[in-house]
Amino acid sequence: MAARILSFLALIALWGAAAQFSDPRHLPGPAAVLAAMGKAAASGELIAAMAVTMARVAAAFVLAMALGSALGYLMGRRALADRIADPWIVVLLNLPALVIIVLLYIWVGLNEVAAIAAVALNKLPNATVTIREGARALDPGLDEMARAFAFSRVKRLRHVVAPQLAPYFAAAARSGLSLVWKIVLVVELLGRPNGVGFEINMAFQLFDVALLLAYALPFTAAMLLIEAFVVQPFERHASRWRPRPA
Amino acid sequence: MPPAGGLAPLDVHVARKRLVNASGQAVEILSDLAFRLEAGRIGALIGPSGCGKSTLMRIVAGLDERFEGRIERPPGPLAVVFQEPRLLPWRTVEANVRLAAPRIGDAELDALLEPLGLAGHRSHFPGELSLGLARRAALARAFAVKPALLLLDEPFVSLDAPLALALQRELAALVAERGITAVLVTHDVGEAIRLADRIFVLSPRPARVIGDILVETPRKTMSAAAARSLEARVEALRTPA
Repeated sequence: MAARILSFLALIALWGAAAQFSDPRHLPGPAAVLAAMGKAAASGELIAAMAVTMARVAAAFVLAMALGSALGYLMGRRALADRIADPWIVVLLNLPALVIIVLLYIWVGLNEVAAIAAVALNKLPNATVTIREGARALDPGLDEMARAFAFSRVKRLRHVVAPQLAPYFAAAARSGLSLVWKIVLVVELLGRPNGVGFEINMAFQLFDVALLLAYALPFTAAMLLIEAFVVQPFERHASRWRPRPA
Repeated sequence: MPPAGGLAPLDVHVARKRLVNASGQAVEILSDLAFRLEAGRIGALIGPSGCGKSTLMRIVAGLDERFEGRIERPPGPLAVVFQEPRLLPWRTVEANVRLAAPRIGDAELDALLEPLGLAGHRSHFPGELSLGLARRAALARAFAVKPALLLLDEPFVSLDAPLALALQRELAALVAERGITAVLVTHDVGEAIRLADRIFVLSPRPARVIGDILVETPRKTMSAAAARSLEARVEALRTPA
């Protein structure tokens, strides 16, 4: 823990030192960014932008994880479903995020539905592929045990299948969270009138790097907190049965 | 019409069971294999390794329905003790038992775990148990179900001899006490004689029943000589002249 904090402080110090030797318009120091952050927070714009963006991240994330998990499980369990859906997944995996976003804005319109659908569609294939690997690795011996002892469908899903998929779900959630929030900013920059991405676009128009960092850094910090206080505790809970080295 | 109350016999007739091997050829595993076991009895299936005993067990359990033939099981719950314990690693010993037998009462669970030496391990995860304890937990789970039919697939293999003997005694006591119909797959003749009322000797692949030996003497009073002669009869069937 001490090493982590020291390393983090070294990063801030390096930033401050670099800022001393460069044009403050290109690289403002930590103090200038903090001041810009305070100003944006005092006006309420920072909180409002973060709230809007966070809501979009949550909606797209939940949508992509739910659909991706269901589809991935089906593809991992049924060879026919895998053969049918696999080419679609490969196409989606390799379609640039920008192409999906622009196409949806053109087809659906510059609205919230298109924005969230575009982000979810970008994340969906990753979640599908990860959960599919988990579904393929399910232990057939435990499945037979559940059938022999006449476990109900719900019981089998909750006590036999879900615990085996939990590590794959956590991996998909972790990579998904970082992917989703980056794409949400692009979606906001291209076609939404609010949110962190929109504010970053404004900062870009003004070449105001301090303002840009004032919006980007708190949001990054918020995502780190979610990772540390939601994703990691879930992983610890899901793997509590694994024997740990003493 | 079989009488009610789980008194129906187990009737097994597998006309043919084929498996496709790794090189894509269909191999006949079981051929015209039939046996019948009266309610409340223990039958032992004994045969050379690789003769299809586990395949037969999965068919009798209803886990494999791709075969020609017909299985009539006594009505009521089924319990299986697999070759590996097959406990859910992410659930405690107690949770594993309760998941299979949701209606078991607390006192009943205590009475089941105590003689199996599991009383102190109910909140342990299977990964924290030795293989012997995990096998006992699998036995506890099977008994908790109060099965009409209990299938055991070499449940004592790879255990040291004193522990295997102790577990066999516990199994015999529990089966006698509850009047369960049980099928035990084994390749250990001594184990079959100690536990079974009836021994079915299987041929090499494709397996069929080539000997049906009734163990008349009550097990507890069987003399060593009687056990040896029984063993000799089984061995004679297993090694073709």
